[in-house]
Amino acid sequence: MYELIYDEEICERCETLDCLTKCRYMELDLESAKRERGHILRGEDSAVLTDCVTCYACEEYCPHGNHPFYLIVDRQEQKGVWPVPIPLTKQQVVMMAPKGQIQPQTVKAPVINMCYFPMLMGSIQGKLFDGASIIVGSDIFCNIMWLHFAKNSVIRERLPQMIDNIWTNYLKDSGVEEVICFHDECYGTYTQLAPAFGIEVPFKPIHLFEYLTKRLDELSDQINPLGLKVAYQRPCSNRLVPETQHWVDDIFQRIGVERVEREYDRENALCCGGVLRAQQREDMADDVQKKNLDDMVSAGANVCVFNCPFCLFTLGEAVAERGIMPMLMSDLCRSALGEK
Amino acid sequence: MKYEEILHRCFRCGYCKLPSDYLDINCPSYLRFRFETYSPGGRMWLLRAWLDGEIKTSPRLAEILYSCATCANCVEHCVFPKFKDDLLNAFIAGREELVNEGAVPPQVRDYFKAINIQGNPYKLPQDERGKWAEGLDVEPYAGQEYLFYVGCVGSYDERGKKMAQSVALLLGNLGVTFGILGSREFCDGNEVRSMGERGLFEHIAKQNIEQFKDLGVKKMITLSPHAYNAIRNDYPELGGDFDVYHYSQILKQMLKNAELKASGRPLRVTFHDPCYLGRHNKEFNSPRKVLLSLPDVEFIEMDRSRDNALCCGGGGGNFFTDILGPGSDSPARARVREALDTGAEVIAVACPNCAKMLEDAIKTEDIEDSIRVMDLAEIVLTRCD
Amino acid sequence: MEEIYKELEKIVGPEYVSNQPEERFIYSRDPGTMEPCNPDFVVMPNSTEEVQKIVILANRKEVPIVPMGGGLVLSGLTRPLKGGIVLDMKRMNRILEVNETSRYAVVEAGASQGMLQAHLKKHHPSLKHSIPDSPPIATMAGNVLIHGSGHLSHAGGFHSEMLNGLEAVLPTGEIVRLGSCSISPYWFSRAPLPDLAGLFVGWAGTTGVVTKLAIRLFPNRPFNDVGIFVVEDPELVPDVIHRVTGVGVGEDVTAWMSPKPLWARGFQHININYSADTKEELIWKRNLIRSSVLKYINDKIGGFMPLPPPMKKMFLEAPASALVRFADVRKGGGFEYVGAIMPIELFPKAYRMGEEIGERYDAAYSTGARVMGLGHCMMFFYAYAFNRADASDVERAQRALEETNQVALEMGGIPWKAEAPAQKQIIQRMDPNTYGLMNRLRSLLDPKGIMNPGNWEVD
Repeated sequence: MYELIYDEEICERCETLDCLTKCRYMELDLESAKRERGHILRGEDSAVLTDCVTCYACEEYCPHGNHPFYLIVDRQEQKGVWPVPIPLTKQQVVMMAPKGQIQPQTVKAPVINMCYFPMLMGSIQGKLFDGASIIVGSDIFCNIMWLHFAKNSVIRERLPQMIDNIWTNYLKDSGVEEVICFHDECYGTYTQLAPAFGIEVPFKPIHLFEYLTKRLDELSDQINPLGLKVAYQRPCSNRLVPETQHWVDDIFQRIGVERVEREYDRENALCCGGVLRAQQREDMADDVQKKNLDDMVSAGANVCVFNCPFCLFTLGEAVAERGIMPMLMSDLCRSALGEK
Repeated sequence: MKYEEILHRCFRCGYCKLPSDYLDINCPSYLRFRFETYSPGGRMWLLRAWLDGEIKTSPRLAEILYSCATCANCVEHCVFPKFKDDLLNAFIAGREELVNEGAVPPQVRDYFKAINIQGNPYKLPQDERGKWAEGLDVEPYAGQEYLFYVGCVGSYDERGKKMAQSVALLLGNLGVTFGILGSREFCDGNEVRSMGERGLFEHIAKQNIEQFKDLGVKKMITLSPHAYNAIRNDYPELGGDFDVYHYSQILKQMLKNAELKASGRPLRVTFHDPCYLGRHNKEFNSPRKVLLSLPDVEFIEMDRSRDNALCCGGGGGNFFTDILGPGSDSPARARVREALDTGAEVIAVACPNCAKMLEDAIKTEDIEDSIRVMDLAEIVLTRCD
Repeated sequence: MEEIYKELEKIVGPEYVSNQPEERFIYSRDPGTMEPCNPDFVVMPNSTEEVQKIVILANRKEVPIVPMGGGLVLSGLTRPLKGGIVLDMKRMNRILEVNETSRYAVVEAGASQGMLQAHLKKHHPSLKHSIPDSPPIATMAGNVLIHGSGHLSHAGGFHSEMLNGLEAVLPTGEIVRLGSCSISPYWFSRAPLPDLAGLFVGWAGTTGVVTKLAIRLFPNRPFNDVGIFVVEDPELVPDVIHRVTGVGVGEDVTAWMSPKPLWARGFQHININYSADTKEELIWKRNLIRSSVLKYINDKIGGFMPLPPPMKKMFLEAPASALVRFADVRKGGGFEYVGAIMPIELFPKAYRMGEEIGERYDAAYSTGARVMGLGHCMMFFYAYAFNRADASDVERAQRALEETNQVALEMGGIPWKAEAPAQKQIIQRMDPNTYGLMNRLRSLLDPKGIMNPGNWEVD
């Protein structure tokens, strides 16, 4: 059930193998890439399976939308490859399990989906979110994180139930169809990952940044341009939905901040390093984080904007230590409206 | 007994005895008496044992319960989030039980009697209540922007009256429009409540609320943080919703635009946070902003400041009952020694109880030549024309 | 009794003696499960001289004396089993000396962990002492004298190993100084003299009243971190501990296992705390520790947990207030634990036993182990939370503790700060010549048997 929907022939015939040759964490030339492609398609052992850091980027690199990353994750699980050590993986599977506590609740638009990040609820206040209904909890956790743990099986098992929970408990009877995903990961889950596995999504996900842009337009007379220099930490999940990247610039333009020109931005964005540490790749995490932070500093950023709570937990302190203020995108927008 | 369901959950771990950096004993009654029974944890266990009949009502139990200065150090530092907020409520509930049994210490009984009969703990006539304002340009309240509410200590105590005068004078200088109730003023009842006479407190509060409403009072400035606390936190549920400020908050606002003169000689000042302004109401900044806005004032923090301040011992009724008594471990004496250690020459206060407690302690410690007590208004006045 | 009270009043002043029901109630018990035993008096001395006078009086009148620090031992060792005088030492809380160069502090016996911690932070920020997990009002003497341990025990062993010397009042009233302080103005060690300080360590106050002590201090470094290594197989833990401690750069190695929260159930977490003078040094130490267990990482059967900042902060806090909160797990303000000292290789057996007993009693339980020195032994603890207002819950915890003590002894471990019943079990298993020597020494030091009687005795 919920098998990965991809065309094996496209992979077989691909000449450029962008997914593997563009990878920033594995050094693969075209020859090696072709060889490993064969192994992967045939379900054999491959160094790619153990070396992949699960940054999601190849979903973006593939020009055919043929889900190379999801295939790698499937293969990892089939071949018993554990990107994150077994005890830590098992703990996470229990920690993030649905608790079965969801209660039906009437909601009205705009509905903000906080996924399983109750600790960020404090950010949902002020004019931007006036009148919003919030949904949050273990029973609506999007489950995309299992891509980092080679556990597509957990996604297959839990995601359909989560989608049903959202629809049945909140949306159906309230007559609301749109759900604003606070986190990129959720948006990616419902728009790109779910269809890739043939999982149906009865509601319409809206990217938080699209919502923010619209609200900023509605409140444009109350905006005081911030005049800040901002670095944007692009989360890995944004690789699933690169068409949403423009919202970042749209927001920045409206609130009067400059997106500093830096090396590790947009397609070149670096993983925050959090998952690398979970994978016990400490040296690589140190290296990636140093590059990322040095880059922000030399580009002259005063603020680093995050969309992903995990990136924020991982990099927040380090960023602050370098004299750059870590913030969520919504909080940055709120300060442009004069809110604290 | 109210809150009795939390009594047995106390682990007697003792975090309640200390400030957040564990520097020294920070519970006034435990500091003074040193028996475990006089600590918050001791009280919790004793109350439970008392309710279970394992110990009987006794003068010592009453003394233990009334030695608490209600400073809220325990509420601040208890590590059990599920019931720490109700520690003081439980102690006050215990006091209410003692009141019901008629077993309060004699000084407490006398206090209630005086409030009941004379309307103030000093047993002085009601019509002398406004005398502190004689000779000052202070108007009776008749619809001005603020009511300046003085309270019993500010109206009758020598040190308290000095403070009331300084504050009234300064507020006038700064252009604040206010009136006072003078001999029409009644006790705010904060101490009555914290000493366990719930019925009397509600009577007092309702009387005040009715009076304030009749007079059309909307905004109030209090001299004492005790009144600030009662009016801000306890009056609303009895029907009294007013915009109440402590005078330090008004000073902070008004000093932004005031003209202040340098004195030529920097004054080394430390600030003693009053419990009912600081820990109870989380107002730590306004008094500091006032001091920092003055020219030629060198501000020094004590080690135990803000929510770690050591109480002067003047709360929970102790200002009148003096259950904490003298002795070099009395909190007021420990506090002035701490202030002296900073090298400050002035302890700034924002509460008439603190003013008197600390001033008396300075005399007892024989350090009058090195340090003195001034309230915020007195200090600001030295920098005005 | 009247006479004794008057004498005590003369010695410490009327404000610091009590024979009132309130004090007798509180001082008869501690927050653990042991039954109350009432004192006749509670006295709070302020100096060694006052202690001496009290001891001489007690000796003359043959009244028991029980010295008490914070009263947080939880196994009831400060309860006066045979009545008498409880000596609350906490007024004697001064910090007498800090020697920065030779890294030691001399304190009065009632000085609390927290005050020493604050004093060092303020006046000697380059130094710290090993802080036990008890609340900060716990006393230095109380902890050292029961062979306590704390957040620097991987670096320095048991706190008793960090003891440089002490001053005590013998049961017959003489004041003695033990260690280098007996002949030198410096309190730098117990060597090279005959080690008499051992007569007071682990004796549960039955040999006299310690009034001052000197303990070793350690470098306080600006950069601190913790790594939590997680495995699922307890059989691996002895080797993990062996490897990690063998590197020798850590300060604290403590394992914890708990059925709650649910995600922790069935896993063994080994916390390794370490510190450094620079960020680079911190990363270097992290890598050293990591390399020691690389084999398990490569086999994917062990890994360091990624820690969000608030969780990390919790594990770096000393003392750890989170541990005290275990007392509210049953919403009843109580917990007590068996801390069995044992060699590292017993970990899997100790862990399985803990799980089995905890589950069988349906107790609110938690287990863990703090490692001493370079993995020389560990204090394996079995903690049971209880609701003190529910007699059956208290009883359940008592029985679980009793059985735990027994099983720990059976496997070759020894419960530390053993309560009176567990002491008897230890005596039963002890070499009779050893126990005989203990008794001879006690008779010699305390001919009238006034010091915390009822402890370390057979009926």
